[in-house]
Amino acid sequence: MSGLRAADLAGAACPIPIQDYPHVLLAHGGGGRLTHMLIEKMFAATFANPALAPLHDGARLDVDGARLAVTTDSFVVSPRFFPGGNIGSLAVHGTVNDLAMCGARPIALTAAFVLEEGLAMEELWRIVRSMQAAAADVPVPVVTGDTKVVDRGKGDGMYINTTGIGVVRAGLEIAPGAARPGDVVIVNGPIAQHGIAIMSVREGLEFGTKVESDSAALTGLVAALLDAAGSSVRVLRDPTRGGVSSALNEIAQASRAGIRLEETKIPIREDVRGACEILGFDPLYVANEGKVLAIVAAKEAERALAAMRADPLGREAAIIGEVVEDHPGRVVLKSRVGGLRVVDMLSGEQLPRIC
Amino acid sequence: MRYVDEYRNETETRSFVRAIERRVTRPWTLMEICGGQTHTFIKSGIDRMLPPEITLVHGPGCPVCVTPLEQIDRAIAIAQRPEVILTSFGDMLRVPGSDTDLLSVKAKGGDVRMVYSPLDAVTLAQKHPDREVVFFAVGFETTAPANAMSVWQASRLGLDNFSVLVSHVRVPPAMEALLSAPDNRVQGFLAAGHVCAVMGYEEYEPLAAKHRVPIVVTGFEPLDLVQGVYMAVDALEDGRTGVENQYSRSVTREGNRRAQDIIAEVFEICDRAWRGIGVIPESGYRLRAPYRRFDAESRFQVSRVTARESAVCIAGEILRGVRKPHECSAFGTLCTPDHPVGAPMVSGEGACAAYWHYKREA
Amino acid sequence: MCLGIPGQVTRIREGGSGLTMGTVDFAGVTKEVCLACLPETKIGDWVIVHVGFAISRVDEAEAREVFRTLKEMGEIGELDGPGPGDPGGRAGP
Repeated sequence: MSGLRAADLAGAACPIPIQDYPHVLLAHGGGGRLTHMLIEKMFAATFANPALAPLHDGARLDVDGARLAVTTDSFVVSPRFFPGGNIGSLAVHGTVNDLAMCGARPIALTAAFVLEEGLAMEELWRIVRSMQAAAADVPVPVVTGDTKVVDRGKGDGMYINTTGIGVVRAGLEIAPGAARPGDVVIVNGPIAQHGIAIMSVREGLEFGTKVESDSAALTGLVAALLDAAGSSVRVLRDPTRGGVSSALNEIAQASRAGIRLEETKIPIREDVRGACEILGFDPLYVANEGKVLAIVAAKEAERALAAMRADPLGREAAIIGEVVEDHPGRVVLKSRVGGLRVVDMLSGEQLPRIC
Repeated sequence: MRYVDEYRNETETRSFVRAIERRVTRPWTLMEICGGQTHTFIKSGIDRMLPPEITLVHGPGCPVCVTPLEQIDRAIAIAQRPEVILTSFGDMLRVPGSDTDLLSVKAKGGDVRMVYSPLDAVTLAQKHPDREVVFFAVGFETTAPANAMSVWQASRLGLDNFSVLVSHVRVPPAMEALLSAPDNRVQGFLAAGHVCAVMGYEEYEPLAAKHRVPIVVTGFEPLDLVQGVYMAVDALEDGRTGVENQYSRSVTREGNRRAQDIIAEVFEICDRAWRGIGVIPESGYRLRAPYRRFDAESRFQVSRVTARESAVCIAGEILRGVRKPHECSAFGTLCTPDHPVGAPMVSGEGACAAYWHYKREA
Repeated sequence: MCLGIPGQVTRIREGGSGLTMGTVDFAGVTKEVCLACLPETKIGDWVIVHVGFAISRVDEAEAREVFRTLKEMGEIGELDGPGPGDPGGRAGP
C-alpha cells in the first residue's frame, strides 16, 4: 500500500500554489490544464499507488486472477434535461463508456444521489427511469447506491455519482502511453454535439437547434472494434470535457509522441459547426458523450474502421490523423487552408467570445 | 456554411499567397488591427505561409485586452455587491484586474453572469426588479450599436435597476497614436472589417493621407486575409497610399448610417485610457447626458479606484507591435494562460495568448 | 472585436418590447437577432450578426468579387509565381 502516510500528511503544504489559486475555480473542473494540475498534484500525488498511477479513465485491478476495471464519475450537469438526454442517462453512459475505454465489459453500476431539498419528485422519477432504460440497454444492473438530501440552496437540484465495475478483456494491452509513430487516430463519428446541445439550453445563450447530445453507451461499438482488431488497438479514450483536443494532448504526452490531425477529415455536423461559429468556439474543445478516439496500428486501420462502421454508433467513423515522431507531446493540426497550428490543451473553460 | 466556407478554400488561398510572393520585392511590415483577424491568421496557419519579406505585427484590436485596468477593477468592485447581477461578455470574465478577475469573484459567491447579447442583460433587469443589473459594456465601434440599444431600450422601458459600465474604444484615434509614435515600424494596415461595416471607412482616409500609408479594409476568413495582404503589398510596391476595401461584401464607404445614429443618440466621444498604452484623446465613448443615469460608475460610486499594473508586463509594447510576446521576460514563466499577468495573455485574440496556443513549436 | 457571422433571415417580427427582431439561420442553428440597426432587412437577406445584432447586410454581387479577381489574376499570369513546394519556391511549413 503506497500513498502518503498520515504522519506525512499532517503538516504537508498544499501542492496547489495557494497564491495563484486560493479558491477552487470552475476551470478546475473543465477538463483542461487546471483539472490536470489538480488531479496530478493533489489527488494522484497524495493517494499515490500503482493502480492509480496510469490515470486512465478507469483503474485496473488484478484480483485473484481476474482482471477488473473500476471507474467512478460524478454528474453535475445543468440544466438537468437537455436535447438528447438528462443527467441520469448521461451518468449511465459516461460510466459505462469509461469502462469501455479500459477494454472492459460492464458487470455492475452503483448510483449515489445527492438531492436538494425541494427537488420535484416527478423530476427525480423521470431521471431514475432514464437511468434504468439506459442501463437495461447495455445491459448492466445498478446493484447498490446511496441517497442523501441536502438543505435547499446547497445542492443545485441533484448530483449523481456512479461507479462502474467491469471485466477487462483478456490479452488487451491498451494504455494512454501506448501510441506509437505510424498509428492512426480514428473517431467514431461527428464531434462537439454534446457540448453544443447543452449550450443551446443554457440561460443567456439559448439558440434554436435540433442538435441533440450524442450521449450513448459505446460498449457494443468498442467490443466490435476489439473483436476485429484487438491486438492492434493501442489507446481508447472518450473525449468528454475538454473535447478531442484534451484527450489527444493527454495521449500525446503519455506516449511521448506527436499527433498530427487534418481538419478536413474531422467529421462535424453543419449545424454544430454553425453553433460553434456563433459562439466563437473551437469544436476541438467541445465535449462529446458518445464518441471514442481509437489509436490503432496502421496495418489494422481498415479493419478497425470497417468494424466501427458496421455498428450504429460508428457509421461515420473516420481516420482523422496519425501519430508521428515530430513534436513529441504535442498535437498539431493541418488547417483546411493547408497551414499548420498547434492544438494546445485547453486552459480553463471555453467562453463565448465577442472578438 | 454559406459566405464562410467559400473563403476557407485551400486552392484559392494558396493562389493569393503565390501572388504575394510574385509581387513582393522588399521587406514590408503590416499590422492587422483586429483580434479576430489575428485569430484567423494563426489558427489557419496562414501567417506561416506568407513569404519571409512580410512581417506581420498584431495590433491592439482586442477590446478585451485594451480595457483599462481601472475599469476591470470597477467591474470587480461592483460585482462584489450583493444586490448586483454583473453581466458581461464571456471573454471579459478572465481578464486580470489589479488583484483578481470576475471569474474569481464568481467563485467567491458574486453573481456574475455571462450574456451573449447586451439585450439579454436588459431582459434580466426586467426579470429581477429587486436586483441591480449591471452590464459591462466593452468593445470597439462594432459592439457600440448593440450596447447603445441596450441603454436606449432600458430607457424606453423605464427600468431603474439597469446600468452599464462603459469601456468603449474607437479605432481611428488608436491608429493615429500608433502611426505618430516615433518607434512605429508599421507600413501598411489591414483595417478591422466589422468596425468598418458599422462606421464605414471615410474616417480612415485622412489618416492614410496624413501618414502616407495604405489601409485595406479586410474581412476575417483566410481568403479575405490573404487578399488583404496582397492588396496592401501591391499598394506598397506601387507607392500607393489611401484606403481600399477588400471586404466589400459587408462594408461600404459610409457604413451603416442607422447604427451610427444609434451610437450617436446614446454615446458621445471622450478621452479613453487603453491598457498598456495610456490615454488616447477622443478614443472612447461615454454616455450622453440624457442617458447618464444609466452609468454604473456614478450609480455605484466606484469612480475612485486605483489600479496597479504589474511591473513586468509589457502589454503596451506588444499592443503597439513594438515587441513580440516571446521577447517578454514573463512569457511562459510568470505569465501563461492559466495565470495571466496582463490582458494580451488572457483573451484568445490577445497576441500573447495567440502565440502561446498556436505558435509554440515542439 | 468582431466575431460577426453571416446568417440568413427567416422570420421578422416586432418584438414585445418594440424592437424589430428576426430569426437568423446559421447552417441549421437559429438565433433571435435584433434588426434595429438594419430596418430595411427582408426575409431571405443574409446579414452579419455580432452579439445578437445584425450590423450589415451581405452583398451577394460583391461576395463574388474576390473570385472574379482571382480569375483575372490567373488569366494574366499573376498567380504563376513560385508557390510553396514548387521548385525554386519557398519550402512549405
